[in-house]
Amino acid sequence: MAATVPFQRFLEQHSAAVLAFLRATVGPQEAEDCFQETFMAALRNYERLDGANPRAWILTIARRKAIDHHRARARRPLPRGDLPEPAAPAPAEPDGELWAAVAALPPKQRAAVALRYACELPYREVAQAMGTSEEAARRNVHEGLRKLRRALEEVAR
Amino acid sequence: MSARRTSGDVGARDSALRRLLAEAGGELETAAAAAAARFAERAAAEGAARVAYARLETPLGVATVAATSRGIVAVGLPNRSLDEFLAELSVGLSPRLVEAPGRLDEARRQLEEYFEGRRRDFALPLDWTLVPGGFYRRVLRATARLPFGATATYGEIAARAGNPRAHRAAGTALGLNPIPILVPCHRIVRSGGDPGNYGGGPEMKRWLLRLEGAQLTSGR
Repeated sequence: MAATVPFQRFLEQHSAAVLAFLRATVGPQEAEDCFQETFMAALRNYERLDGANPRAWILTIARRKAIDHHRARARRPLPRGDLPEPAAPAPAEPDGELWAAVAALPPKQRAAVALRYACELPYREVAQAMGTSEEAARRNVHEGLRKLRRALEEVAR
Repeated sequence: MSARRTSGDVGARDSALRRLLAEAGGELETAAAAAAARFAERAAAEGAARVAYARLETPLGVATVAATSRGIVAVGLPNRSLDEFLAELSVGLSPRLVEAPGRLDEARRQLEEYFEGRRRDFALPLDWTLVPGGFYRRVLRATARLPFGATATYGEIAARAGNPRAHRAAGTALGLNPIPILVPCHRIVRSGGDPGNYGGGPEMKRWLLRLEGAQLTSGR
């Protein structure tokens, strides 16, 4: 049985989680483009959803779009190292330093932290969306949080 | 030095982080709804979505109109729940359906004019995919040719579809009409002049016939 839930309902149910995830991984400026690409890919493959966890499925697609986005940016001839370019912090945002710290995390940790806290997924679903074991998902989240705390303490100093 | 920071500061930072990520700027829901609406219009315009639908205010409540790339494929009268209407389209046509009112501007405009008594005929392409074949389809094709304000009996429409004795089957065909109003099944009435059954409810049928100024012999 292919998915028969009308796509509109699927879109309404998951748009906030996808946007939250993308804001935290590619930054607020680029999140909209990635959002559009994510749902377009989901729509084109919607019949394949077939009983899987729909939220983990759409967030897996979102995570891949975020990776594509980082790779595309890295390929641009900008004078910088091999790290993906950090997402721009939201302007006029009092929490700008937090955004900057999140953006500076390695991609896997950033994605895991975003799934856990921006989308409020349980670790089992973080693991599904990341395509890793639950244990690896926990490790990525904890390591990401540890780095964030340290970065924020340094800012506060 | 971090040594003079208390663990309470760190805890406050941590919860600030969680709040930030959870809210992602505070207007997440609004921004997500706007992004979803932009997506739906684009998906419908590019043909990635197979069906686009829109809600429409009528004097009898909120109706729904749905279209494919070929034309209007279904109309949901106000007495039908949106979920039920979408579920049927999802199973009967494709689950790739989105709410894209921009794609249905012209249909909504013409339907609104009709309900306000300012339009007699529709100039909209129809998609007959959901209409059953054979005799049922011939009944609905004949119904589609009935002009504004005219009526025919179940027996008459059965005859026009090629089988004068099949008035019951004609009633069944009309009951299956996926595109009411545009295929005006409300114009088919009982031979005594009583309006008879209607998918949108008998009251709606009377209302539509009155709107069109159709002559009903029944005084009810």
